[in-house]
This record gives sequence, C-alpha cells and structure tokens, in this order.
Amino acid sequence: MLNPDLVGRTFEGATSTTITAEAIATFAQALGEPETELASPTFAITISLEQSQSLLENSGLDWSRVVHGDQRFLINKPLVAGVHVTCNSTIESARVVAGNEIVTVRSDLIENDEVAVSSWSTLVFRA
Amino acid sequence: MSIFKIDEELPAKTYIINRAKLVAYANASGDQNPIHQDEAFAKSVGLENVIAHGMYTMGLVGQYVGRMATSSAKVKEFSARFTKPVVVPADVDVELVVSAKVIELTDEIARLEITATCNQIKVLGMAKAVILL
Repeated sequence: MLNPDLVGRTFEGATSTTITAEAIATFAQALGEPETELASPTFAITISLEQSQSLLENSGLDWSRVVHGDQRFLINKPLVAGVHVTCNSTIESARVVAGNEIVTVRSDLIENDEVAVSSWSTLVFRA
Repeated sequence: MSIFKIDEELPAKTYIINRAKLVAYANASGDQNPIHQDEAFAKSVGLENVIAHGMYTMGLVGQYVGRMATSSAKVKEFSARFTKPVVVPADVDVELVVSAKVIELTDEIARLEITATCNQIKVLGMAKAVILL
C-alpha cells in the first residue's frame, strides 16, 4: 500500500525533456493524424505516464497490476516541437476500494516556469 | 459567430483499431504493457484477449475533438473515464465510433459531451472536452 505520507507531495522532475518534431510526428502517425508541428491533445501522456510509473514503483506499487481508470488534460499552452519541459508529479489522492488501490497523480508539464499542460491520471492497482 | 449550435449533434467518425495500430501506439507512447500486444499474456492475467491502451482510444477521440475544433490548438480540456476495455482480437479491424454533442456554448468556449462505442457498447464514460472558440 502507498505510504499515506506521500499523498499531497510533489515530486519535481529531475531532467527536462525536449519535445522533438519526430516524437510529435510519431505520436500523430500512430493516431492516424496528419503531420503537424503541434502535439496531439493527449501527447503529454508520453511524458507524464512514464514519470508516474517511476514515482509509484519507487513508492512500492506494482505497475504490472495497473489499469488506467480515468484521465483528464488541461491545456494552457499546446506543446510544440523544440520546447523543453519538466514534469512535476503530485500524488493527489490514494484510497483502497475492495482491495484495489486507486491513486490519482497530477502531472504538470512546466515550460519556462509556466504550466503548459496539467494532466490527471487515475490509476487502479488491482488486488 | 460560433461554428457550433447548442445541442448540436456533431457528425460521427469511425476509427479502425487493430493489432498493428496498437504496436505503433505502444512504440510512439512508450507504453509497452504486454496486455496491449501479447494475447497469451493478456489471457494469463484474466483478460478476454488483447485490449487497446485506454490512452490509444482517448488519443483517437482527441483527434476527433481537434478536428471538430478545426485545430488541436483549440482543445483546452479533455477528460474521460475508461469504463469498458476495447478488445482487439488478432486479424480483426475493430471499429471505434466517435460522436459528440454541444452541451454548453458561450462566447469563448464550446463544451462537448462525447460518445465512443465499439460494437454499440460505450467504452468511455464522462467523456467531455472544452474547445476554445
């Protein structure tokens, strides 16, 4: 079970990620979208989910038991090729329902000290 | 003037999901969970078959929303709950049908309520988007 002390804590991403034109194009192609310089609305997940995984695995949760419960994006500034972002992850809530552990992580992609995209992932770790 | 009308039903669009597309999405997104590619593994953890990444389904819906908004630059908010898995058997093209209704309209935004179904079954719950006008 997740240590309750971790709820409410923010983990600042140590490294910045450069969003490449190639990553945007590969993601768009996988969704059948025409090539564009602008990232798809859900592109932020390629950065945020990996960081949530390492955070929650380091906190003792078993990623092989995870199911995605729900997802929300708030896009203040669409991501484009060439920008550098860091990802700050906050464990907003954790609760146990019928043995399943339900954790909501907010991930803020920070570009030049401003939040470009916030995303909330609710992840269900099955009993 | 807005491109939308309140209560307007926006045209449905069908997206094809198959195993090859799940592999492409896994590579593009970095989510290599074997339940989205390996039938034997998926069944070993109690699933009916390989299932699509929830985020792949949501990504396709995001594409739909961007198209309705005339540009993905206008998508401000987007949320969904993954209520039913999209099961993807080998050598089958699964059809995801996406449609939306305009449930709120102001001078600045349109709020859409989105429906996404496979074989007439809703696979997303509470799917909504806010588009900047």
